[in-house]
Amino acid sequence: MNYPDYNSCILEMQGINKSFPGVTALDNVWLKLYRGEIQALIGENGAGKSTLMNILAGIFRYDKGHIILKGKPVEIKNEFHAQQLGIAMVHQELNNFPDMTVAENIFAGREPSNWGILSRYKMNDLVQKILNDFHLDIDPKRLMRKLSISEMQLVEIAKAASCNADILIMDEPTSAISMRDAEFLFKILNSLKERGVSVIYISHKMDEVFRISDSITILRDGKLISTSRASETNYDELIKKMVGREPKELFPLRSVVPGVTVLNINHLSRGKAFKDISLYLRKGEVLGLAGLVGSGRTEIVESIFGFPPAEQGIIEVMGKQVEITSPRKAIGNGIALVPEDRKLSGLHLLASVLFNITLPTLQAFARKSGIIKQRKEKSSAVQISQQLNVRTNNLKQAVENLSGGNQQKIVIAKWLLAQPRILLLDEPTRGIDIGAKSEIYQLMNKLTEKGISILMVSSEMNELMGMCDRIIALRSGQISKEFNHSEFDQEKILAAIMP
Amino acid sequence: MRNQAFQFLSRYGILIAFMMLIIVMSVLSPAFLKFTNVMNILRQTSINGIVAVGMTFVIILAGIDLSVGSVLALAAVVAASFAHPGEYPVFVPILAGLFTGSLCGFINGLIIAKRRIAPFIVTLGMMTIARGAALVYTNGRPVIELSDSYNKIGGKYVLSIPIPVIIFIIVVFIGSFLLSKTVFGRHVYATGGNKTAAELSGIITSRVIILGYSIAGFLAGLAGIVLSSRVMSGSPSTGQGYELDAIAAVVIGGTRLTGGVGTIFGTIIGALIIGVMNNGLDLLNVSSYLQQIVKGLIILLAVMIDRKK
Ligand SMILES: Nc1ncnc2c1ncn2[C@@H]1O[C@H](COP(=O)(O)OP(=O)(O)OP(=O)(O)O)[C@@H](O)[C@H]1O
Ligand SMILES: [Mg+2]
Repeated sequence: MNYPDYNSCILEMQGINKSFPGVTALDNVWLKLYRGEIQALIGENGAGKSTLMNILAGIFRYDKGHIILKGKPVEIKNEFHAQQLGIAMVHQELNNFPDMTVAENIFAGREPSNWGILSRYKMNDLVQKILNDFHLDIDPKRLMRKLSISEMQLVEIAKAASCNADILIMDEPTSAISMRDAEFLFKILNSLKERGVSVIYISHKMDEVFRISDSITILRDGKLISTSRASETNYDELIKKMVGREPKELFPLRSVVPGVTVLNINHLSRGKAFKDISLYLRKGEVLGLAGLVGSGRTEIVESIFGFPPAEQGIIEVMGKQVEITSPRKAIGNGIALVPEDRKLSGLHLLASVLFNITLPTLQAFARKSGIIKQRKEKSSAVQISQQLNVRTNNLKQAVENLSGGNQQKIVIAKWLLAQPRILLLDEPTRGIDIGAKSEIYQLMNKLTEKGISILMVSSEMNELMGMCDRIIALRSGQISKEFNHSEFDQEKILAAIMP
Repeated sequence: MRNQAFQFLSRYGILIAFMMLIIVMSVLSPAFLKFTNVMNILRQTSINGIVAVGMTFVIILAGIDLSVGSVLALAAVVAASFAHPGEYPVFVPILAGLFTGSLCGFINGLIIAKRRIAPFIVTLGMMTIARGAALVYTNGRPVIELSDSYNKIGGKYVLSIPIPVIIFIIVVFIGSFLLSKTVFGRHVYATGGNKTAAELSGIITSRVIILGYSIAGFLAGLAGIVLSSRVMSGSPSTGQGYELDAIAAVVIGGTRLTGGVGTIFGTIIGALIIGVMNNGLDLLNVSSYLQQIVKGLIILLAVMIDRKK
């Protein structure tokens, strides 16, 4: 059998409506999925992609509409019911049990047992098979919390894929994994497809979308814009439909000439994370750190920020040696860090947008006595969130209820407000749509024009090459090579980071 | 439309429940809404209320303080021991009591923040230690014969409002001001909501935690002073189980045990619900055994309404 099979429609969502207090997240959305089809679901941040898929996975109830599964109308009651119906989902935000093993995570809720007694042996065995199937080199007995984010994501993908589901939903599966791991994922997807599994794949990465999908569905502001075969459309057309206007150039023209050295790092080391790192960053410069997950790229920026501090080495800011023993000290020296994982280390999810945006800079909005000048605080927050185009109807809204991309913008906003001299960005555009990405790149450019220097970690090679003046390649905790702008070459950089 | 009604209910559910309780009580018992009885309820609530305000800080910090009842007793006996007639001016026992409470809270906070031991365990230890210290300090006997000026704190009225109620109101105002209007308050929410994110935002979370527990201890001490002055003796066995009433008030008031969310306003309503129930069930001559069951049920009910989202 050659998939996709366009004669066999496995799922139809008809006229789905869904609103949350104050927002219409979905407005009359129709979707058709065929057996063995990989369908990409794309759209701007807050377009309603996750909401639509959460409805299919039984997490949200919908207000209006019908779902037809294999020709029969169904009422999906909850997540468990969805699984029974053959629908599995990998969520946008990681959600696993950090203190359980990989095997326990994969089998959570469906543990193999003999007469009710958990058979750990059987479980580990089965999981080993699943991991082998997907060519993943992870020990089933390891604790989940010991894995890298990329590995965690792969485990969740393996978990969903091992459910024998007919429909597999993936909500931005590659936003948190490295390029190499993404290749694994594509292999997994293709082998699932050969078995007739249908996949709905949410992503903001267009190259991926064209590479793996059979058809592409676009949502904008909760409305269905179009569904088309991947072979019959092109990049520009998609972007135009997604954002509703002509696409801009993704990367701005960099015209800043780097000035004096503002950050100088000498022989920085920390345990097994990184060793003997020396680098400098000049005024108005964008310096990139390229490397695989585990290459020490995140740990280096964390240590520059004092979280935790490096064990050896010297950090100089504006030519003066500084002791950065805590984030507070780093902030005091004009350094800001946008961390890699917004949920774990960037946001207080239950608190409001306003709360999160002004947290690091509260002192600036307060009297000496510690009383906050609320009007001043609010107007600054409004200004910065407009500048970043954060989609929220009100600053009092809990961050938890924002779409993933908008949450990311909040993390960036909170640090822009701090007006740092040195901005450390760890995967700044993770989960951000193409339009917002280009906005963030423009913003980075503007910041550098104002004399701010940026050190950026990214897994996206085109982002590094498009934005950086220099790129430093890391390999297992050490600098392997440095590239000036004129030497940028994807192949060569990749060669420098591969083990 | 349905959504909005729902939001309204989940936000003001506790307030509505409180109003309903008042309506029911005033229908069932004509004495309930009399001025003297209202003042009575407020006075009875004030001790638990003061403790619960401190507990709110700690629970928003994603912690818990089991020691407040014992700390209250320790502060009460220490304060009372300085309050014999003709020995010291009245501010000495007051400062001694407040200092004792704050110190206990400070130690709690220090161990929790610096040694990273679970608050449940640390404050459980302090609960036993403070109770023991109170018994050792007094040889197990209540401290009696306190000066008139000391006894006035709990017994007197200003404009026919009992002084404990006035103290309670002041504590509520300062507490809720701190939480909602100051940098420190924001840091409390941030630390309880996501400690890593708070630290990465430049907040020294250990300081916030230590201060939070110190506030809880300080307020337990204050409650100990008010209580001992009201009953005109400092008893080492007083305050048992007060931590549970305080936790109940906080939780009924919508503060999450997992931290990061909550208000003093909610806590006050929670404390008042408990106070009104105690009083109303007494007025209705419900047996004290039965009262416990009813109280437990109401707590469960209140929390269920609140969590129904
Ligand atoms: N639980 C919720 N409560 C209130 N509003 C919500 C909730 N979940 C989502 N929304 C709102 O619904 C809209 C659609 O959100 P959704 O998460 O589906 O976007 P998305 O297309 O997945 O975006 P992203 O690419 O950023 O992940 C947004 O405006 C969001 O703020
Ligand atoms: Mg989403």
